[in-house]
Amino acid sequence: MGAIQELELQLNELLEKKFEERVQGGDAVEPRDWMPENYRKHLVRQISQHAHSEVIGMQPEGNWITRAPSLRAKQILLAKIQDEGGHGLYLYSAAETLGISRDEMIAQLHSGKAKYSNIFNYPALTWADIGAIGWLVDGAAIVNQVSLQRTSYGPYSRAMVRICKEESFHQRQGYEIMAQMMKGTADQKEMAQDAMNRWWWPALMMFGPHDTESPHAGDAFRWKIKRHTNDELRQKFIDKTVQQAEVIGLTVPDPDLKWNEAAGHYDHGEINWEEFRNVINGDGPCNKQRLDHHKKVHAEGEWVRVAAAAYHAKKANKN
Amino acid sequence: MADQNNLFKYLLRLGDNALVLSHRLSEWCSRAPLIEEDLALTNFSLDMIGRAQALLKYAGEVEGKGRTEDDLAYKRAERQFYNHLVMELPNGDFAFTMARQLLVSAFECLLFEALSNSKDETIAAIAAKTLKEVKYHRAHAEDWVIRLGDGTEESYQRMQHAVNALWMYTGELFEADEVDAELIREGIAVDQNSLRPQWQEYIGQVLTEAKLQVPADGYMQTGSRKGIHTEHLGHILSEMQYLQRAYPDATW
Ligand SMILES: [Fe+2]
Ligand SMILES: [Fe+2]
Repeated sequence: MGAIQELELQLNELLEKKFEERVQGGDAVEPRDWMPENYRKHLVRQISQHAHSEVIGMQPEGNWITRAPSLRAKQILLAKIQDEGGHGLYLYSAAETLGISRDEMIAQLHSGKAKYSNIFNYPALTWADIGAIGWLVDGAAIVNQVSLQRTSYGPYSRAMVRICKEESFHQRQGYEIMAQMMKGTADQKEMAQDAMNRWWWPALMMFGPHDTESPHAGDAFRWKIKRHTNDELRQKFIDKTVQQAEVIGLTVPDPDLKWNEAAGHYDHGEINWEEFRNVINGDGPCNKQRLDHHKKVHAEGEWVRVAAAAYHAKKANKN
Repeated sequence: MADQNNLFKYLLRLGDNALVLSHRLSEWCSRAPLIEEDLALTNFSLDMIGRAQALLKYAGEVEGKGRTEDDLAYKRAERQFYNHLVMELPNGDFAFTMARQLLVSAFECLLFEALSNSKDETIAAIAAKTLKEVKYHRAHAEDWVIRLGDGTEESYQRMQHAVNALWMYTGELFEADEVDAELIREGIAVDQNSLRPQWQEYIGQVLTEAKLQVPADGYMQTGSRKGIHTEHLGHILSEMQYLQRAYPDATW
């Protein structure tokens, strides 16, 4: 090994050691700071996946905008979906601080290299699904996002703080829809319970595999990207949501669910991990539909983006 | 005192314009060329839903039969809608949507500016609030019409095609019938025809800057004042009104 390479290696080790110390001390990492390549990669993957989830998540709810049953309902739903698009934008910007462009991230989404949250591969079949999505899906997302407000990367953590402010409204509007339907006609109650039955388990899967099954989480914890384990977060979600379900008369579709006095939380039945893996690997009800929609819209919008760029180039040349 | 029936009808026209175009714009959700535009178009849609709510609520009060804004939006049939035909046309491509927005918002800026002086205080208040919104819609549409008209050959073609296709729906914006005449006398409504020269001048300026041709005035579509629509409206309503019609006893 040459002397220069040896020096570089030593320098890297030194930087890495300092980085670890800073992060352990609770310092936020900012875009200009030196960071290990794996830290950067981990964040690009996580933040872009998060951004894509916000954007792909607009589809299932968007499916009901034109059929929302009242002007108020339509306004609330539209505002909610618009928030999600905004979250996508904050997060794309946060990821861009790590040296990747929005175009590159979208290309990775289209190639399948980048993922989005599995939950959006389920269909929004009835109006009650709009309630269930807001209440359960946003409810689960909030638990995760609150935890990420203290993540070590500054731009990500700040994006989470902004996003969390809007998320509680999302969960509330979903719960309101469910509550309203549970006070309504027999048809409405049936629709609400059916939505609950279909969304409960996928919502629990949003937190990812059991801790014992996620062997690669070590770095993310050491670097303080991840602050709580999947099972901790899932438990938190279950504990708050079961009570909310009871209040409005919905049954949680888990015969094994019961209050554990000693532990101070609910024990729940086993999650269908085979379904989880299938959907992650592309075999879910809407995987193809969601991605095809995104690709189609992106391709159809190409001429607009090209024209806007051409116009700005012309103007710039004139000045 | 104004004939309440005229006022009711006038409010439905204003309210339905906002309601139907808000519906079309909401269809862009998750379909725009950029997320930024997705947000902008749904923002306009939200403004219009708010406007429709205010106007239809007031229409229900004027009618005096206890109908709410939702009853009026979700329980009227095709022939009882009075929006201009241009509002209900399918979105087409991004050029068509933006060209329509320019033509409509330019008209609405003039209309609501005038209506903010209406002798009807409720209309005046709604108009004043709306004016701020439609000015923003117009500015946004103007930017895009110019950018696309003067962008690439393809965007120019698409934009010119959109303007040409929309032109025959613009005559209706300036029509007036006996309902308008009566309310103009009362100082409640605006003579829409008087807004035309300013509208033409403004649209001419924007299209010229966008390197686009101003189409010649030819055959103009009409019908909305009598509740005669394009075939498209029925499809909007069957989608929009689906839950209210399928579950008439339910509240949501
Ligand atoms: Fe979000
Ligand atoms: Fe949300």
